[in-house]
Amino acid sequence: MPVPAWADQPLDGDSLLVVSARDTDWEGVRLHVVTGKGGTGKTTVAAALALALASAGGKVLLMEVEGRQGIAQLFDCPPLPEGERKVAVAPGTPGRAGGEVYGLAADPESALVEYLETFYNLPHAGRALNRLGVVDFVTTIAPGLRDVLLTGKAAEATRRRVGRRRVYNAVVMDAPPTGRIARFLNVATEVSGLAKVGPIRGHADTVQSVIRSPQTAVHFVTVLEEMPVQETLDGVAELRGLSPDGLQLGGIMINMVRRVGLTDDQLAAAAAGRLDVHELALGLKAAGIEDGAGPGGNIDLAGSLAAELTERAREALAQREERELLAGIGQPCYELPLITDGMDLAGLYRLAGALREQGAA
Amino acid sequence: MTPRETAAAGDALGEVELRPRRLEVDRLLDDPRTRIIVCCGSGGVGKTTTAAALGLRAAERGRHVVVLTVDPARRLAQSMGLTSLDNTPRVVPLPDGHGDAGGSLHAMMLDMKRTFDEIVEAHSDPDRAAQILANPFYQSLSSSFAGTQEYMAMEKLGQLRRADEWDLIVVDTPPSRSALDFLDAPQRLSRFLDGRLIRLLTAPTRASSRAYLKVVNAGFGMFTGVVAKVLGTQLLRDVQTFVAAFDTMFGGFRERAEDTYRLLQTPGTAFLVIATPEPDALREASYFVERLSQDRMPLAGLILNRVHPSPAARLSAARSLAAAEALQATAGMDGNGMDGNGADGNGSRPEALNGGAEDAAEGAHHPLAVTALRLHGERMQLAAAERRLAQRFTAAHPGVPTVRIPAQPEDVHDLAGLRTIGESFAAS
Repeated sequence: MPVPAWADQPLDGDSLLVVSARDTDWEGVRLHVVTGKGGTGKTTVAAALALALASAGGKVLLMEVEGRQGIAQLFDCPPLPEGERKVAVAPGTPGRAGGEVYGLAADPESALVEYLETFYNLPHAGRALNRLGVVDFVTTIAPGLRDVLLTGKAAEATRRRVGRRRVYNAVVMDAPPTGRIARFLNVATEVSGLAKVGPIRGHADTVQSVIRSPQTAVHFVTVLEEMPVQETLDGVAELRGLSPDGLQLGGIMINMVRRVGLTDDQLAAAAAGRLDVHELALGLKAAGIEDGAGPGGNIDLAGSLAAELTERAREALAQREERELLAGIGQPCYELPLITDGMDLAGLYRLAGALREQGAA
Repeated sequence: MTPRETAAAGDALGEVELRPRRLEVDRLLDDPRTRIIVCCGSGGVGKTTTAAALGLRAAERGRHVVVLTVDPARRLAQSMGLTSLDNTPRVVPLPDGHGDAGGSLHAMMLDMKRTFDEIVEAHSDPDRAAQILANPFYQSLSSSFAGTQEYMAMEKLGQLRRADEWDLIVVDTPPSRSALDFLDAPQRLSRFLDGRLIRLLTAPTRASSRAYLKVVNAGFGMFTGVVAKVLGTQLLRDVQTFVAAFDTMFGGFRERAEDTYRLLQTPGTAFLVIATPEPDALREASYFVERLSQDRMPLAGLILNRVHPSPAARLSAARSLAAAEALQATAGMDGNGMDGNGADGNGSRPEALNGGAEDAAEGAHHPLAVTALRLHGERMQLAAAERRLAQRFTAAHPGVPTVRIPAQPEDVHDLAGLRTIGESFAAS
């Protein structure tokens, strides 16, 4: 895997950061923003990435921002209350215990209340306003504010320290989908219609400084289908176009990959339907399969299996084109297997393992 | 017969299985009383493509159809022979031999800002309309408010229905985190525009609200104070001028949202819930089914999209994988068999997969059979996992008719591709 240019930058005087025994592609990144088209498994991949990062030790915060309680469902725990809760312990590496994953279901309402309390010294006003529906109203007439509050929460967690120690080694954000990610992260423009001075502006500037630093990387989750891949390419182009000091692009995480295990020539032959059904029938017989009586008994079954094989080969060829488009982005690509037996904790650990093996964490 | 057409053969043998009633899509499309079909479901389940396939099939069966999509999918437009879709229904020419039933197909893509602008222009005099359209707050409301897209989709649906130029409207709902947004968001927008708080905020511009203001005065000062502090006074002023100019239209907004909502409850509407056999998508589908029944909305059924049935389901996963392994073992270590780990380029000769005739006769090895058996086993495992998930849905909603649409090996690029999907609605 290529080493990112900024990999050798100092980690702003960090005293706690555990030095990993091996290099990963994203050394120095502490805020991982994970986006993807709906249906690509964005939340699952974000959770797997958090687990993978935590296996180096320390604490990792996994944060969701869309109010759907996806973290609780994935980790099979009750809906997350306000605040950060431990949701999993990561597998360790030889000689070192695994770290912990904390979950946070961030919502703009409590972020605004927190913000008002901190900056305006309004300890009870925030809650009263929330009850009246004012907070919802304010974030409604200024949708940009909602985003600033959420990215602000991620930036705060990334920078949070107790004494000189960082609270979290890394923060993984399950961000809005690809179609909205550029706007979501483009904090400066988002608040341009808002107050020109004062704490909210200062707040936005702080958020911006974290999001646009080498500490932050934006990862795209996709599957090998035309529309999600196209959206990924569009999203990447949009991020790259934001500004010269644009956001740091992260990895391309290709989810739900099914391996076909054929060579190029075999793929081409199978996709074209050039399969010897008689030979296949003989093979089935050799394997002890007798489907129907008579000498031609396996022909029917062989025909069906050949049709399946042809279909898989065509799918694999179509996916190869999509994979090449993704490779053209020029960022590291990681492949995650399709988990067929339901996404549970075991599945998450498998995906986390795959991310680690490929150097994503 | 392609494997696509034998979907039902892929269902489990030898397992006790809850079988949902079959969703008769063609009967639904052919019934002249069906005037609106709403395709809903969570993001990424194939709503847009399904809506287009339904529209094409209905048109080719003789109906006059308009498909309203909200997803700016260029490729879908191209697959219908259009370079792009816009806010006006465009005719999609049916190829020769497919328009014989006398039907027609139109397609359009929702432009929410344009639709909002049109409402403003239609319901106020030109000066006031210009004033509203130029208002910065209106601009952000009409292009980025969460709920505007859903409201405008409903609005457009109402317009198309009133135009009465088509006898079937197929709607693809906006991509949202939750399928329920489509039902709730329009009311959120009208509630917001019509709401107490927006009136409070703009109270100083209304003389008549002075008495009202007194009552809520305690909260009001703090409210405008906070809003001004956080959002800035400029935005506040924009909102106030917007509300003043928009005043007479507020009531209309709520009324229209309620009208369309009622339209959706009439028997001429059919909701199709679309899901892929994945936990999240099916969970959303469950919520949606419950919500539809709560609101007495006519649910036609579930389209279970992208399933992997097998034409050789009689050969189980376990048996297939075991046979592949046994065959591989007898083939020995000659290095020409499949290694099964997906590594490309092991240098075998072009047609190695088919093996040589002599090899087969000697029973030496059968690489083709090994590969076919391994892939079949994996496919059967995937199909079984999909079936387990679908079963959970059926157990919770036994009365919901269902149709399964097989996954297509390649993406849809043309009307023929949409037609293939349409055919699988009818296959049984």
